[in-house]
Amino acid sequence: MGVDSTDVESLGIVVIPPAVRRRLASAVVLVPILLVILWVLFLGEGSPAGTAVTEPGELAVVIFNGLTFAGLLFVVSAGLTLIFGLMRTVNMAHGSLILFSGYIAIDLQQSMVGKKRNIDTNDVGLLDWIVPLLVAAVIVAVFGVLMQQVFLRWNQGEDMRQTLITLGISVILADQMLAHFGGLAKRMVWPGAVTYFFEVMGERYAMTRLFMLAAAVVVGVVLWLWLNRTRMGMIIRAGVDDQTMVRALGINITLVFGITFFVGAFLAGFGGVMAASFAGIAPGADGQWLLHSLVVVIIGGLGSIRGAVAGSLLYGMSLAAAPAYLPKGYAYYAIILTFAVLALVLAVRPHGLFGREE
Amino acid sequence: MESAIDRLSGRNLLLVVTLAAVLLLPLVGSEYFVEFVMVRTLMLGVAASSIVFLSAYGGLVSLAQILMFGIAGFMIGNAVGEAGSKGLKLGWNPWVAVAFALAVVVLASLILGALSSRTTGIYYLIQTLTYAVIGYYFFGQVTALSGFGGLTGIDPPPVFKGHPVRLYYVCAGLSVFAYVGFRLLSRTPFGMALQGIRDDPVRMASLGFNVPLHRTLAFVVAGFVAGTAGVANIWWNGQIDPMSISIGPTLDLLIIAVIGGVSYLEGAWFGAFIFVAGNNYLRNLPLVEHIGITEARFNTVIGALVVVIMLLSPEGVSGLAGRILAGLRSGRLSGKDPAQRVEDEANKKGASA
Repeated sequence: MGVDSTDVESLGIVVIPPAVRRRLASAVVLVPILLVILWVLFLGEGSPAGTAVTEPGELAVVIFNGLTFAGLLFVVSAGLTLIFGLMRTVNMAHGSLILFSGYIAIDLQQSMVGKKRNIDTNDVGLLDWIVPLLVAAVIVAVFGVLMQQVFLRWNQGEDMRQTLITLGISVILADQMLAHFGGLAKRMVWPGAVTYFFEVMGERYAMTRLFMLAAAVVVGVVLWLWLNRTRMGMIIRAGVDDQTMVRALGINITLVFGITFFVGAFLAGFGGVMAASFAGIAPGADGQWLLHSLVVVIIGGLGSIRGAVAGSLLYGMSLAAAPAYLPKGYAYYAIILTFAVLALVLAVRPHGLFGREE
Repeated sequence: MESAIDRLSGRNLLLVVTLAAVLLLPLVGSEYFVEFVMVRTLMLGVAASSIVFLSAYGGLVSLAQILMFGIAGFMIGNAVGEAGSKGLKLGWNPWVAVAFALAVVVLASLILGALSSRTTGIYYLIQTLTYAVIGYYFFGQVTALSGFGGLTGIDPPPVFKGHPVRLYYVCAGLSVFAYVGFRLLSRTPFGMALQGIRDDPVRMASLGFNVPLHRTLAFVVAGFVAGTAGVANIWWNGQIDPMSISIGPTLDLLIIAVIGGVSYLEGAWFGAFIFVAGNNYLRNLPLVEHIGITEARFNTVIGALVVVIMLLSPEGVSGLAGRILAGLRSGRLSGKDPAQRVEDEANKKGASA
């Protein structure tokens, strides 16, 4: 082949001994974290929220915002990471499923309340929110399984091919949803029972955000119980570790794949309704929520549920902190902070916090 | 071996004919076809060829190429903009602006390429997709550089102002530069090492090659090429906004590479032609309106095309054509395993180098 083997030194690359590298890596992580804490506590006088020492209420609100948004992020990204963990399929249509579910739930809620627009929160009972949520999530889950059975079942293992297929599907879905649901932004209405404000350390806070967090915690706990306390969960965890062995034990892995895809798409649907209630949806929201999910799984590690929790918390916190603690005039540059967090994690752990090297 | 060399020269002959056709086109083609369809085809082809280069020689599927394309455009817009326009309004000489824009592209791809250099496959794809979307929000949010409204009224250098055919030749030149450059690069020691890393990174690392460094440099080269296409784009368009580098165009560029076949450099321009021509002429096709496909549903057609190509032949239209040709030659249609094909091609390249 005539290739000269090139020496690392001759390329002018300094070889760093492992011990120094480890210390360097922890310094790369710890120094920015320390600086951020110092900034938030004492230095950030020019920021919109002020320093945490003088304005503890503002800090509490930021932490609440971060936690509640992290809940939504977790539900939205858990399906993506669950499917990837078992099947090595990155479902690029995940964002489309989120958007699709939101649209179905909004239509359903409108027909349950009997009003097309200007729905008052007091018209919306708890059931007018939960029933559309479950129906939409199940429809989207069935749709996801159909997609998997028709397009992905027979090319299992060819990850790039599957990714591009789901990508093509997402382009079709986005276009068809634009045609059927129109281009206007729509919003799911929270139930009236949770739409009020309460006081926390002198600041008003919306109960709906806590309701969202509670829903996310319920989803997380049920998912955890399912994966850790049932036979099916055990099989899935075993499949994540060694698919061939699971197959050799006589377990119908194709069925397990189908079920996993159902649950993954159901989670996307669940998250979609929460997102439609929290932020509203419009064409393009599919890409936005796909980005959110991808950032979460890249930070946390693709395929790990624990990683999804960690990624959601880190990303949610940085999104909540950006408008409050970036210096005035830069307050809306949240994207730079997002990139900084992402870069920091990737610099130290290329496969994410809980990711595994292939 | 004999037939491999024959096929190679046949391929080169076809390329020379295509090049001649591209160069002579402005003499015979309609104004619209040359200035809108072909200019866009060549520009997008160059940008997509950088995806193909990374994928075919480095085993890295990058979705950040449209970002580099966009960064070049935004930087030119900021550098040449004069009082009254948005952005930094530096008012520089347009040629200085080009050097500046490409320098920024190289710097950005160095950082992003290094960040992702220890991953491959699906991880690389989603990380670069994330960079692309972050880039979209970056230029949207940072109003000092652009804002969601974008930059408008950017003039190309005076040589090209009002001379779209000259711009067409610039794009043709860039295409030749990208194609020949990538093919030559693949035969240098760097290119050979990159292909070795694509096939077996662990082995190459143990032979003493710096795997992340090679991947990073490949990403920088690809970014630079995509950046040159971005320069041509801003000269042609006169404006740029974040929407033009959002997730939609990001996927479009990948789709172009996929239509052409992500392991054939030529496929990039072929895919770009199908994409641009489809975008321009779909409404003229007879009967399509009867089955509910209108111009507005172009994305559905493109998405369906991707799904169909991926279901039939993951190597795109070029791969499909190659397979049919090979099948006719050997008297039967045999689908070769893609991994085997890559290996064959690598052997072929090794033999010819």
